[in-house]
Amino acid sequence: MDAFKQFVNNISSPQVLVTLAIIFFFVYLKFVRFFTRTPVFLAMLGLFLAFCGVSLTDEHFRSVVTMPDNVPIVGMIFLIIFFTWLSLRKAVDNDIRMERGEPTFEASESKDKLYTWPHLVYIELLCMIIATIVLVVWAIYLKAPLEAPANPTVSPNPSKAPWYFLGLQEMLVYFDPWIAGVLLPSMIIIGLMAIPYIDRNPKGSGYFSFKERKWIITGFLFGFLILWIFLIILGTFLRGPNWNFFGPYEFWDVHKVVPLVNVNLSELIWVKWLGAGLPKFFLQREIFGLVMLALYFGVMPLVLAKTVFRKLYMEMGMIRYSLFIIFLLVLIALPVKMYLRWMFNLKYIVAVPEYFFNI
Amino acid sequence: MSEEQKPPTTPTPPPPAPAPTSLPVQPTMTRRKFLSWFALGWIAFSAAMAGFLTSIVRFLFPNVLFEPPMTFKAGLPSEYQVGKVDERFKIKYGVWIVRSADGIFALSTVCTHLGCTPNWLDAEKKFKCPCHGSGFRMSGINFEGPAPRPLERFKIELADDGQVLIDKSKSFHQEKGEWSDPLSILKV
Ligand code: FES
Repeated sequence: MDAFKQFVNNISSPQVLVTLAIIFFFVYLKFVRFFTRTPVFLAMLGLFLAFCGVSLTDEHFRSVVTMPDNVPIVGMIFLIIFFTWLSLRKAVDNDIRMERGEPTFEASESKDKLYTWPHLVYIELLCMIIATIVLVVWAIYLKAPLEAPANPTVSPNPSKAPWYFLGLQEMLVYFDPWIAGVLLPSMIIIGLMAIPYIDRNPKGSGYFSFKERKWIITGFLFGFLILWIFLIILGTFLRGPNWNFFGPYEFWDVHKVVPLVNVNLSELIWVKWLGAGLPKFFLQREIFGLVMLALYFGVMPLVLAKTVFRKLYMEMGMIRYSLFIIFLLVLIALPVKMYLRWMFNLKYIVAVPEYFFNI
Repeated sequence: MSEEQKPPTTPTPPPPAPAPTSLPVQPTMTRRKFLSWFALGWIAFSAAMAGFLTSIVRFLFPNVLFEPPMTFKAGLPSEYQVGKVDERFKIKYGVWIVRSADGIFALSTVCTHLGCTPNWLDAEKKFKCPCHGSGFRMSGINFEGPAPRPLERFKIELADDGQVLIDKSKSFHQEKGEWSDPLSILKV
């Protein structure tokens, strides 16, 4: 048991866990027909529950998981697992039906239109009542984790954002506040709003289907599950004092020392590789980073339009393709930057602190 | 088939078009009158909004501000030991006073990443921010985590009575090369 805990603690680092999550994500979607079968789902859920149950005997794990702040995330994990499974399960069902030439489940269920009242409103009313009851009971039994009055010169250690922002806070570890705090959140919101304009494929509208919308579903779920939900989970349970990363069974030691020294791309190239000093003028100093950015956001879309996304580009046209590719590249840039930090201790690709411009 | 039973094939003539009603109705509101009311309405609305906005902006500037003064005296230079970070003025003024081999300088306690307050970890000899893990050396230089630039230093000099005088209204940024300014460090 202790050996197992030790092992889990040792492999617990953001890079390992994120990599594992990404691998699991793609394997799951690759074999989605197998994984969404009810017995397989129940078996995996059982395994996960057993893991949680056994882990609860560990006092560090228990203290983190039962913290009133963190209880909602525990609930969220199970909700996410259930609803992801449910929707994929329905999608796979429909895929199989369509392969056999049968109508989708939604089409065979009923062709009639239903009225909002009472069919929908009734359900909503019930949900409202149940949610209210749950919240009241929850509020009575779990006290709100209030702390001492705010003091600008004292930041609690660790300082955690509200749980729904912990994904953002995790991004902030890798980015300048302007990028992770302003640019990325606005791009997430605008990008979500832009989806119906960028993706005008009528397939999958009104019924679940995975096969017909494979890439778009994969892309969306990657952004949602890995880059948002998974980062929230990491930030909630595994980030401890000084924002260090702790294994699930590890004591939150304020004095844990983790070597995190990092350097900017300009220092890496000018000083380490070329053996020269940093140029004084910032444009010259950051030239390599700027070229990389130009390649990534300027040349890459063109290359992709000629190769992988050729068909897509034809269908979409210039404007919609540009919007789509920018959002996609920004989405991919997030894990790319994280991996750069983990592998090369890279702090910023372009660092112009003189003008608050760091990427 | 007799002639009488045959249905009429001639189309019925269309109903007469209604006679054009060119009754000289006097409109109760002429265009000109409407526009002037319209303009008046907009002017009134803008004036009200402007007043509203002014009072909101005014609200941002409190009548009384309980802020510690920007300049303060921090004792004699001899009170500070080389290689130590003095945290006495952290809570009240948001300043660490550090004495290094070069001299005494005053570091701002605001993390240059997103503005949390780092902690001085004496065992590890570094400032560590609890929000996203930025680390700063005793000199204030950032070396780990996402902070893009070093902690700021404040103006420091000797007052007439020999005490250390710190002025927070003037800060020195290392990334702009301002730490070479003689006022950013007190040579002792
Ligand atoms: S605010 Fe200090 S590391 Fe982000």
